[in-house]
Amino acid sequence: MMSSLRTTPLHAAHMAAGARMVEFGGWDMPVQYSSILKEHAAVRTAAGLFDISHMGEIRVKGPDAVSFLNSSLTNNASKIAVNGSQYSMLLDEKGGVVDDLFVYRTSDDDFLLVVNASHIEEDFGLLKSLKRGRVELDDESGETVALALQGPASPAILDRWIPGASSQLGHHQIKSFPWDLGTAWIARTGYTGEDGFEILCSDPAAPLMWTSLLELGESSGLLPCGLGARDTLRMEVCYPLNGHELGPDITPLEAGIGFAVDFTKSDFRGKAALMAQKAAGVPRKAVALLAKPGGAPPRAGYPVLRDGKAIGKLTSGVLSPTLQAGIGLALVDTSHAAVGNSVDIEIRGKYVPASIVKKPIYRKTS
Amino acid sequence: MNIPEQLRYAASHEWSLVEGDTATVGITDHAQAELTDVVFVELPKVGQKIEAGKGCAVVESVKAASDVNAPLSGEVTAVNDEVVANPALVNTDPYGKGWFFKMKLSNPSEIENLKTAGAYRTLIGK
Repeated sequence: MMSSLRTTPLHAAHMAAGARMVEFGGWDMPVQYSSILKEHAAVRTAAGLFDISHMGEIRVKGPDAVSFLNSSLTNNASKIAVNGSQYSMLLDEKGGVVDDLFVYRTSDDDFLLVVNASHIEEDFGLLKSLKRGRVELDDESGETVALALQGPASPAILDRWIPGASSQLGHHQIKSFPWDLGTAWIARTGYTGEDGFEILCSDPAAPLMWTSLLELGESSGLLPCGLGARDTLRMEVCYPLNGHELGPDITPLEAGIGFAVDFTKSDFRGKAALMAQKAAGVPRKAVALLAKPGGAPPRAGYPVLRDGKAIGKLTSGVLSPTLQAGIGLALVDTSHAAVGNSVDIEIRGKYVPASIVKKPIYRKTS
Repeated sequence: MNIPEQLRYAASHEWSLVEGDTATVGITDHAQAELTDVVFVELPKVGQKIEAGKGCAVVESVKAASDVNAPLSGEVTAVNDEVVANPALVNTDPYGKGWFFKMKLSNPSEIENLKTAGAYRTLIGK
């Protein structure tokens, strides 16, 4: 079975570092190097480095790239400045989420879509079938090394690698930078709720970025981090994960990410279904839950109740390493979804009290 | 991997320190290493009757919940409140401060069904 899993160019480095590996979306990936709790804390207080090479990179290029993206994806690509980026979604005709993705505009008619690892082929196939006008599509996933450098010490560490780079990147901006052995596209984006960068490079020497950054960050407390910490970090800041908060049976309106849907566009895939749902009323809403400390960890699939009646289910849950309390993301009946409502999470037959709280559950104070 | 000689082991990775007709129970060093960071422990109640091979406690890592089986049958006589308050003791001291509960055995002959340290070492391939 192991042999059928895909590996990133950094696989050997992960094995050598003693990482614990898990299957994730068809890939053999590190879930942790030292400890999920230590890696989580490193990102919140210093910095962490993640191998995200399993994620897909789809290039969309040509004079009609903007109109193609606008007809295919939910958000409005014409609002992305050159060197800017935008969160968007690819829907099916029923308004369900095929994938959520980041759209980076690297030049006037050149865009890079970063998509989820388990959906690369599906997204690429679907986008090809939707192709219209003068647009070229390329799946660059195979040759790209992608790293995420996340945490408050990230700018200082990045600058040790490429002097002055951090100050040239505003929030959500992407620019290309030459380094000793190649050229990297660096974006000030991430999936942790911390300041940080995502670094993409397709040059033959790209895997060397991993060891270079780890060495340069060591004095600042930088740790290599696995998918375990990536998941706990994103839950605390309520970022959705496709397959949990998003999926073909969940619309962006239910998922609470209507901000990434531009209904003023003339058309986009799934628009009619979303308009219909909006008119009829959204039956379920994604909410964030904060449990009373001391209870068992909430987990995906656990029922959520209000006054003893089932109102929904957790889509993700964990004992928050930062807050030291159970947290969860849940899809619940809209009539019970108000912030401030008291609910219970059913864990092995016991009710653990929780409240529906404003997102994000954890927000950086500094 | 620490596998103390004086303990007996269940194939489901619980250890038992048997003294007369009582036993102290916890999970092995191998089990805690496989689980990684333990963040939650749920123990049986004092007085609860438990049955060898059946789940009687829960140990949870950041990512998953796992059942802990009773290695022997009997009645729970004491539980470790300290490990409930500080679950990381399971990682740092699995055979000491990380113990789970003490029990009075109803069928001490069951001890023969548990593995010696050597047999447990073979089982986990260490």
